[in-house]
Amino acid sequence: MMLEYVAFGIISTAIVGSAIGAVTSRNLVHSVLFLASTLLSTAVLYVHLESALIAGIQVILYTGGVITLMLFGILLTDDTHAVTRQNRSTGHLAGGIGALAMFGFIIASIHQSALPSLPQTFDINAKSIGFAFLTKHLLAFEALSLLLLAALVGAVVLARRSDP
Amino acid sequence: MTLAAYLIVAAAVFCCGLYGVLTRRNAIGMLIGVELMANAGNINLIAFSRFLGQVDGQVFTLFAIALTVAEVVVGLALVLLLYRSRKNIDVVQASEMKG
Repeated sequence: MMLEYVAFGIISTAIVGSAIGAVTSRNLVHSVLFLASTLLSTAVLYVHLESALIAGIQVILYTGGVITLMLFGILLTDDTHAVTRQNRSTGHLAGGIGALAMFGFIIASIHQSALPSLPQTFDINAKSIGFAFLTKHLLAFEALSLLLLAALVGAVVLARRSDP
Repeated sequence: MTLAAYLIVAAAVFCCGLYGVLTRRNAIGMLIGVELMANAGNINLIAFSRFLGQVDGQVFTLFAIALTVAEVVVGLALVLLLYRSRKNIDVVQASEMKG
């Protein structure tokens, strides 16, 4: 039982610490790498919550896809002669007050809510997730495939240089 | 662990993302903040799925991950357009339509 608290402490410290690094780092490449660290630590938290399939998809899609895309985006939108990329920010005071107010509001909401306790049995695996996908959530699944097609076409149309 | 511990971690990540979106001047920096906020929502969904013992939370998380990836793709295309028309991606300078 003690070990579980230690593990949760390490994971949550890694998540929150690298999230803070991602929003305060002055170098944009460092920000993206801190984001990768947050997303990987979140995958570890998913394993801790016995959701191994989601953890694997998180690693493949986020650290494999999103982080690579963001690094390409930085490469394409800045001068390539300098290693450091400016990542300036503004309005620290107002942003900090807004974020802290939001945090207090969420904590108050959590404090007031009646939350369920940990159930003894938990039998959700890839099979049951796939079954739910193709029965109960079939319409959303098909709509998602349409959305991915739209995003693919939209990104190509937006980012190409001119009409061939 | 109680469910509240997971929710508090998610709230902290969400507020970090909110701070990033509110303060960054760089468009990619803002996208990083949006990613953090979406990730906090996913943590909540997975934690509730675990504590309620229902599969729907994990299905919604998969939908949310796919939506976030699509959003990043389109967002980066927009950032590229912004860079091509202005030669920088500072969102404070890109404010011609300010009322």
